[in-house]
Amino acid sequence: MTTTAPTTSATPTPTSRKFGLGRAGLYALLVIAALFFLLPIYLLIATAFKSPDAINLATTWQWPRALNWASFTDAWAKIGGNMLNSLFLAVVATILAALLGSLNGYALAKWKFRGANTLFALMLFGMFIPYQAVLIPLFQFIKSLGLYGSIWGLILAHVVYGLPITTLIFRNYYAEVPDALVEAATIDGAGFWSIYRQVIFPLSVPGFVVVIIWEFTQVWNEFLFAATLTNTSSQPVTYALSQLAGGQAVSWNLPMAGAILAALPTLLVYILLGRYFVRGLLAGSVKG
Amino acid sequence: MKSLSRDRLWSIAVLLPSVVLLAVFVYGFIARTVYVSLTDWGNDPAQALALDPIIRWVGLANYGELFTGFLQGRFRQELVSTIFFTLFFILGCLGLGLGLALVLDRNPKGEGLWRTIFLFPMSLSFIVTGTIWRWMLQPQGGLNQFPTALGLPAGSFGWLSSTDAIWRFDWNALPLLTASVVGLVLIFLAVRAARAGDRTRAIVAGACAALLLGWALFVGPNVKLLPAPELHGFNLALIGIIVAAVWQMSGYTMALYLAGLRGIPEELREAAKVDGANDFGMYRHVIFPLLAPITLSAMIILGHISLKIFDLVYAMAGPDNTATSVPALNMYLTSFRQNQFALGAAIGTILLILVAFVIVPYLSSSFRSEEGHA
Repeated sequence: MTTTAPTTSATPTPTSRKFGLGRAGLYALLVIAALFFLLPIYLLIATAFKSPDAINLATTWQWPRALNWASFTDAWAKIGGNMLNSLFLAVVATILAALLGSLNGYALAKWKFRGANTLFALMLFGMFIPYQAVLIPLFQFIKSLGLYGSIWGLILAHVVYGLPITTLIFRNYYAEVPDALVEAATIDGAGFWSIYRQVIFPLSVPGFVVVIIWEFTQVWNEFLFAATLTNTSSQPVTYALSQLAGGQAVSWNLPMAGAILAALPTLLVYILLGRYFVRGLLAGSVKG
Repeated sequence: MKSLSRDRLWSIAVLLPSVVLLAVFVYGFIARTVYVSLTDWGNDPAQALALDPIIRWVGLANYGELFTGFLQGRFRQELVSTIFFTLFFILGCLGLGLGLALVLDRNPKGEGLWRTIFLFPMSLSFIVTGTIWRWMLQPQGGLNQFPTALGLPAGSFGWLSSTDAIWRFDWNALPLLTASVVGLVLIFLAVRAARAGDRTRAIVAGACAALLLGWALFVGPNVKLLPAPELHGFNLALIGIIVAAVWQMSGYTMALYLAGLRGIPEELREAAKVDGANDFGMYRHVIFPLLAPITLSAMIILGHISLKIFDLVYAMAGPDNTATSVPALNMYLTSFRQNQFALGAAIGTILLILVAFVIVPYLSSSFRSEEGHA
């Protein structure tokens, strides 16, 4: 009643103005918060475009006078191969984990048996363990399979440890599919597989989108397995970037350009399909 | 009926490979790690990478070494660091996330854009975040240059390089501190139980508290884990890493809280207003209590992420900065750089126990209630 511009709120009542600082204050808060989130990105881009001799700690915040694209070609030369490793790794591991997760979720949600929930809780525990607690046997196991240093060992690890989350998301997703649909199909004589093919799978596209985005992002961004199970020829981009950025002699435009390259795929996924990304995010908190 | 049982068999057959894989890769490997942590594998460098290493059972010696050994002061500092890190990381994410969600819940224009801005760091890897923030926090640049925009001299805080610590305590006092804190909590529980009229509970809690505090008073001061005092505290260099972690993860709590706020039916708010509650009262008595379960689940998710975090530290401060290191990083270095597998396994096991404290009650409670409904 007392202050400021009209509100877009669904129920603009006079009392809603008493709390808080009014609309102007609201936008001020948003701008300050946005600065906190965006300033590091500004610095990232500005530094990536500077030429090495223009990088000076005292002038970190200045926008470069001339855009220097060479940092990106240099960074690509150093980590481009690792980007391709990551791409192959993330695509294969994501597809396998998504397919298995979909079948698991279907079995757990639509063919409930005694103890199914307990079994599921035991599976979920795998999502939360610190991988440090399984790393040494995992390393030995991958080595004994002859997969150490190959991208396939890494894929195996990511598929297995990705199963809990993909199963979780699909199970919660299929729980929303009415049981009546499945029952009707059973009466028509359909069995486990034909129900999956004809009823469940066609309904699964949004579920697959959520799982694929989530899993792709996770695998792309992962570091511990990348550092432990691979060697130079198969290292994913997170590890290569950490080596690029950890070096003392390198000037900062190179790691910044590398960081942009390494961030681009998941960032694009997020910007284009953010809604599904958030859904996966919320599903990760178990109850969804 | 026949086909029904065949379908059931199919559902088990479909689950079986995943169950076997997880049984081996999670539970089997955990058992193996615990076993390795009880041996001396890698203590003798010559045996570490041998094809068929000679491994001897040493019981809890590795754990003893970590908590009381002269050489493992780094690990003890890391344990303290990881507790402080977790505390401030959770507080930061909850505070900022709730604040942003409350602001967005008031329907500002361009809500989708704001949400996108606050959430995008979630899609980056900790390595990318760490690389960016390492540059932000360079001693003479980035954040320390901020004051110059106002004409002030540049800041001089050693974001990642400071070796100062606050709230330091002697590691030898740890048993004493732990016993005192647990004892006080038990007294609190006893008093609450007594007020609620639960006599057995009050007596049990009270007796345990008396026992612990008695121990702390008479025996505790004489317990010495180490021959000499060893000070640990909250290393200030961690602040920069906590800020970067909050930058990356607070969007997550914002999304959780926003989903929660949007789930509160409008009638409830209306009803509160009809009852004469002002906005503050409505938040205090209606909305915040409804958000409590979300806060709990956010704390659990963030807590387990925080205990496991190491790639962010690796990327920001490097692997060899002992002032900012955490147990998860130490485990990696101990096992795969120094090839001290048994010691690394012991650190991994301790991490698992820390995380299990957070996760197991959560998982079992959320599935016990569900099993009840089924």
